[in-house]
Amino acid sequence: MRYDTIIIGAGMSGLSAGVRLAYYEKKVCILERHSTIGGLNSFYRLRNRNFDVGLHAVTNYAEPGTRQGPLSKLLRQLRLSWEDFDLRPQLMSSIVFPGCTLQFTNDFAFFSEQVAAAFPDQVAGFRELLQRIDSHDPLNLERTPKSARMVVEECIPDPLLVDMLFCPLMFYGSATPRDMDFSQFVIMFRSIFYEGFGRPFEGIRLILKKLVRHFKSLGGHLKLRAGVRQIHQQNGRAVAVTLDDGTEIEADNVLSSAGAAETMQLLDPTVRNVTPPPGDISFVESISVLDCEPARLGHDQTIVFYCDSPRFHYERPCEPVDLRSGIICSPNNFDYSRPLEDGRIRITALADPRFWLTLPDDEYACEKQRWNERIIQGAVRHIPDFRGHVIDTDVFTPRTILRFTGHVNGCVYGAPEKFVNGRTPVHNLYLCGTDQGFLGIVGAMLSGITVANRYLLK
Amino acid sequence: MNSEQIRQVIMDSLERSAPDEDLSDLDDARPFREQMELDSMDFLDIVMELRKMYRMQIPEEDYPHLNTMAGTVAYLLPRLRDVAVGT
Repeated sequence: MRYDTIIIGAGMSGLSAGVRLAYYEKKVCILERHSTIGGLNSFYRLRNRNFDVGLHAVTNYAEPGTRQGPLSKLLRQLRLSWEDFDLRPQLMSSIVFPGCTLQFTNDFAFFSEQVAAAFPDQVAGFRELLQRIDSHDPLNLERTPKSARMVVEECIPDPLLVDMLFCPLMFYGSATPRDMDFSQFVIMFRSIFYEGFGRPFEGIRLILKKLVRHFKSLGGHLKLRAGVRQIHQQNGRAVAVTLDDGTEIEADNVLSSAGAAETMQLLDPTVRNVTPPPGDISFVESISVLDCEPARLGHDQTIVFYCDSPRFHYERPCEPVDLRSGIICSPNNFDYSRPLEDGRIRITALADPRFWLTLPDDEYACEKQRWNERIIQGAVRHIPDFRGHVIDTDVFTPRTILRFTGHVNGCVYGAPEKFVNGRTPVHNLYLCGTDQGFLGIVGAMLSGITVANRYLLK
Repeated sequence: MNSEQIRQVIMDSLERSAPDEDLSDLDDARPFREQMELDSMDFLDIVMELRKMYRMQIPEEDYPHLNTMAGTVAYLLPRLRDVAVGT
C-alpha cells in the first residue's frame, strides 16, 4: 500500500497531524517504534499504578467555550470538544527565589499584582515587556531569531525579576541554555502566564486516547513497534521508508516528529545531508507516590519553580543533577471535583546527559536512588517534608528519555535550532513536533496541525 | 442545490469548524472574519470541507469570493447547481 503521507512518531504532534490528514481523506500511516503512543508525553503502569511520563501540566489553559487562543484553535482544527480534553485549572503556582516569591494562577491580573507588589520600581518596565509580547507574532513561520534575554533586560533592569520570569519559561520549554529565542519566549510567556495550567483528571492518557481513537475512526493507520530505520530519497525527494524489521513502505510525503538531527540520521548515508547539532538540556525527575493528598500535609500549590542560588542557571550542569533549582509539581493540586487515587509529588531538575548515558548498568539503579534522595532533600526546603508518607518511588533520567523517545542526549526540548517552517533540505520530508518549535502539549499538537495544513493537505 | 441549500451546507461547515460560535445572527453581507473568530486555518477548513463533500476544486485566487456568506453562495451556486443535497 502506498500512502499519501507517512508520519514518524505517534506523539502529540504526529497524532494531531494524522487526524488532520485522515479527516480530509488522505491515506495516512503513523509509524511508532515504541510499543505505545505518546512519545515525550506518554503514560505507563508500574506496580499497579498509572503514571504520566512527562506531563506536569497542560499549558495554554482556557475556559471551555473560549473562542480565541491556541487551545480553542486546536480543538476546532481537530474537531474535538472541550469535554474531550477535560482540562481542570490549576490552583496556584509559585516562583521561589532567595528572598522573593511570586505566585500565579490562570488569572494574569493576579500575577501582575504580584510583580507590582514585589518589584514596585520595575512596574513600568514590566508593562513595556508586556507590550512587546502583545505586539509580537510568534507564529510567523518565517521569523528570524532574536535574543529574549536582550529584549527582557532592555525593559527590566532588575536581574532578579528577569531570572524569575525566565525560570518557569525555560524549565517548561527551552531547548537552548541561558537564553531563548524571543518568539519561543513569547509563546511560553503567553502559554504559562497569560493562559496558565490545566490537567485532565485522568492525566495525559485521556488526551492521547481521544486523539488515537479519533485518528483511527477517520481511517488512519497506526503501526506500533514499527520504528523507521531509513528514509529513502530519489532525486532529492523522500519516497519511502524502511522499518526496523525490513518492511518497506512507500509514500508521497514523510512527516517526521523524531527530531531534526534524528530525522537527518535516517536518510540514506550515501546522500546524507548536514545533521543539525542536537540539544543537551535534559532532566532527572523524582516521582513520589504518597499515602495521602499533598494538601493534607499542607501543600496545596500546583507547581513550584524554585531556585536557591542568587542567579538562575539554565544549562547542562557539570554535576549529574543541578540541585540548585527545580520544579515541584503535584498533579493532585488541580481543581478537580474528586481526589486522585493517591498523592503525588514530582520533582524535576536539570541533569547532565553525559553522566547518565555513560553510567555502567550496575551503578545506574544505585545512582538513581542516591540522586532521588538529594533532589527531594533540596525540594523539601520549599514544600512540607513529605518523606514519611512515600509509599512508592519512580525516577526517570536522560537515559530513560533516550530509550523511549530516541532523542539524542535524552534531551527533552529537542535541538537548539528550530525548523519553524517545518521544511528540511529534502523535498517532501517535513518536520513537526519538538524541533519544529511550538512548545508544550498544545504547542506540539498545533505543530502537527500547522505543518500538515501547510504542506500536506494541498 | 439552490441558494438556501448551499447556505445551509456552509452553515454546517462553519459549525463544525467553530462550534463555540453563535451563528444565529450571521449577516450574509458582512465578512465572516468581522463576525466570528475565523483565522486562515479555519478558512482553509471550510474550503477543504467543500472539496471533500463535493469533490470540487477551489483555486486559491478564488478565495476572496468566499469572504462573506452571500459571496460564497454566489460563487458556489453555478458550481453546485446540478449537485443533489446530501451528496
